[in-house]
Amino acid sequence: MTINKNISTKEVVLEIKDLYKSFGDNHVLNGFSLKLHQGENLVIMGKSGSGKSVMIKCLVGLMEADSGTISIMDKDITKLTQEALDILRADIGFLFQGSALYDSMTVRENLEFPLRRHSKKMGDHINTTELVVEALENVGLADAIDLMPSELSGGMKRRVALARTLILKPKVILYDEPTSGLDPITSKEIIILMQEIQKKYRTASLIITHDVDCARVISDKMILLIDGTDYAIGTFKELSASNDPKIKAFFKQDL
Amino acid sequence: MLKMLVYTNIKTRLRSFFIEIGELSYFTLRFLKEVFKAPIEFKEIIRQCFYMGNRSLLLVGITGFIIGLVLTLQTRPTLMEFGAVSWMPSMVGISIVREIGPIITALVCAGRIGSGIGAELGSMRVTEQIDAMEVSGTNPFKYLVVTRVLAVTLMLPLLVIIGDAVALFGSFLVESVKGNVSFTLFFNQVFSSLEFGDIIPATIKSFFFGFAIGIVGCFKGYYCSKGTVGVGIAANSAVVFTSLLLFIIDFIAVFVTDIFYDL
Repeated sequence: MTINKNISTKEVVLEIKDLYKSFGDNHVLNGFSLKLHQGENLVIMGKSGSGKSVMIKCLVGLMEADSGTISIMDKDITKLTQEALDILRADIGFLFQGSALYDSMTVRENLEFPLRRHSKKMGDHINTTELVVEALENVGLADAIDLMPSELSGGMKRRVALARTLILKPKVILYDEPTSGLDPITSKEIIILMQEIQKKYRTASLIITHDVDCARVISDKMILLIDGTDYAIGTFKELSASNDPKIKAFFKQDL
Repeated sequence: MLKMLVYTNIKTRLRSFFIEIGELSYFTLRFLKEVFKAPIEFKEIIRQCFYMGNRSLLLVGITGFIIGLVLTLQTRPTLMEFGAVSWMPSMVGISIVREIGPIITALVCAGRIGSGIGAELGSMRVTEQIDAMEVSGTNPFKYLVVTRVLAVTLMLPLLVIIGDAVALFGSFLVESVKGNVSFTLFFNQVFSSLEFGDIIPATIKSFFFGFAIGIVGCFKGYYCSKGTVGVGIAANSAVVFTSLLLFIIDFIAVFVTDIFYDL
């Protein structure tokens, strides 16, 4: 169900066509499709277990889809060699639900890790310390540079993870539940940070969430993932005004 | 009915055991394929070598020392009965270098290093750190598995040598107190009874022990599931499976060495 096709003239940076993924008899994705344009914030909402995380993992090649095409910056990731996929991954930032900071490394080492891996993209003469400090300043945590992840709070971990995602200056950022497990104040801070980053770097963002406030504030466009399909597409305003009971269920906050 | 239940239970367990063996073999083949591919993570290998060696050194030393003491104390009365107490250094030297040193050190390291690798990689798996590594363009198998397996394979023979040396020193202490044997005499007898045929197979065997500890620990951790419970299971099963594998490798090593001795 497409409420507003909202045809954009901006360049498409990420496109999924008819994605199918099953685990045995459990058909998680049943022909899911989406288009993400340059500089756009696209929010995907769906119930827990609806396949949002599976979809985002298929996007970065962590899972293999059963069928369908995924193209990122005009490259079909299902047909790329491992080496080509690794090069493309430098242009894709991924913020994990649980932050996924490397426990055995300090904040500095966590941020340096992707830089070392992608030294070709960043140039051989990069000043890693300068880039690490800049990324940490962007998330307001320059003082935490020598701390271990175990010394950080949940919100700080999410910020450091965001800094690690940003350090390679990706063109597309994928957020997997960026505010889950955080208190309302920290959630708000993270949302504001995401907006600032989007403004500063003009990245395209794909945000998976079931936080309605997050979707309202940050989304340019939304997709509701229901029964493994892109059930409804539109702006927050359009979708929240829908009379379809399946759509209404997402926006109805009272018990 | 009960017979049927027992039969089904045994069948299921055997099936999952053989599936696990198959997966472990595939994991080992993948290691052998990846180990020679560039880039080689030298820095991480050295870090892991230091970490693993340093973490196990004290435990291996203490265990070796006690084994040396106990072995000498327990054997002394029997040798005295036969009037063969002068053979003590040779007997202790051969048994420690050939068998007791490598297997005890390997078992201690299976508990210390194997479980540590299983738990570390397991927790990295369940907290999506391995996925994060892959997304950042790093081959996590090469960075986490290859480096750890190489590090244990290289460090275990060194730990065995240290464990052997400390065990022999423990044995010497007992002999010097009970039999008034000098340091020079004790170690002269130890080394005169040892041949390359004792040292080389034990050293080669230690490399295989190290490889087994590393590969099983990494396998259990890398494919860990079921959240934090899975991490505990990974660490525990890494030790159990490795211990069993160590005895199988030891048996094969002794068998092969025996064939060479007969030639």
